[in-house]
Amino acid sequence: MGCVEARHCEILASYLTFPECREFIISRFPEHYEVPPGYHIFDVYIIGIPPIVIGIEGDDVIFPYTKPCHGTFILRAQGAIEEIARLRATGKKISKKKK
Amino acid sequence: MELLLYIYAQSDDGMAQKLENTGRVALLVLGCPEVPVQTSIALYLMNLLKHHGIRPVIAGTKSARMLLEVADIERHYLGDLLDLDHCIAEIVEKRMDADLCFVFIHKESGISYAATMSSISRAKIIALVFGEEAHELAGQITFPCEKIVARAAHNPTPLRGKLDELAGGW
Repeated sequence: MGCVEARHCEILASYLTFPECREFIISRFPEHYEVPPGYHIFDVYIIGIPPIVIGIEGDDVIFPYTKPCHGTFILRAQGAIEEIARLRATGKKISKKKK
Repeated sequence: MELLLYIYAQSDDGMAQKLENTGRVALLVLGCPEVPVQTSIALYLMNLLKHHGIRPVIAGTKSARMLLEVADIERHYLGDLLDLDHCIAEIVEKRMDADLCFVFIHKESGISYAATMSSISRAKIIALVFGEEAHELAGQITFPCEKIVARAAHNPTPLRGKLDELAGGW
């Protein structure tokens, strides 16, 4: 995982399907952006089935990370101010559906 | 590995273009090799591609690559071997691409890789779906691609037959 591993990202959930990842991030975090597959964050390129959703909470960024042998994890990286600024500038903002 | 990077280069409009007439290139994307037919079918497909003048390039996990390297120690069938993550990075950054891309799928993460390749590469995507849950997995594929589906885990014959049919169009 390179830099992602070096940042000691917190694993929030493991072995999710991609629809579950979207639901997890949208339902638990206040701000969300849609990005295309291959979006570069830290030193990884996000693998996934569109739409890929990344969440923001404070200075933390929450994103899906797929490993071929182990499925998809949801990671939280703290203090990701530069990545958050880039995400806000380049991602497509999405809102929570009103219930 | 280096040779592939010379095949394509970034042009002024940001698109990957061929630098020289190297013929067609097929990328084989291999995930975790826990289903036995994967290695066998990958070797068979590489041979089939070579017979049709198409250069195979493997992008796989370390274990998937190692199984192939040991099975074909003298490299009769093997083409270039790339680390899967490195290959994704090269395609996103438009430093390489292929004409055909076969994604081997036997679990949901394989679909994620195929969807990603469909989004980042200009290659024609062929999803090779196998294993005990092949048909259920194939039903989850909603992006445009050609699907080859066989409920094969230990017996590669059904996949081989379907690849032979596909190769008829090359």
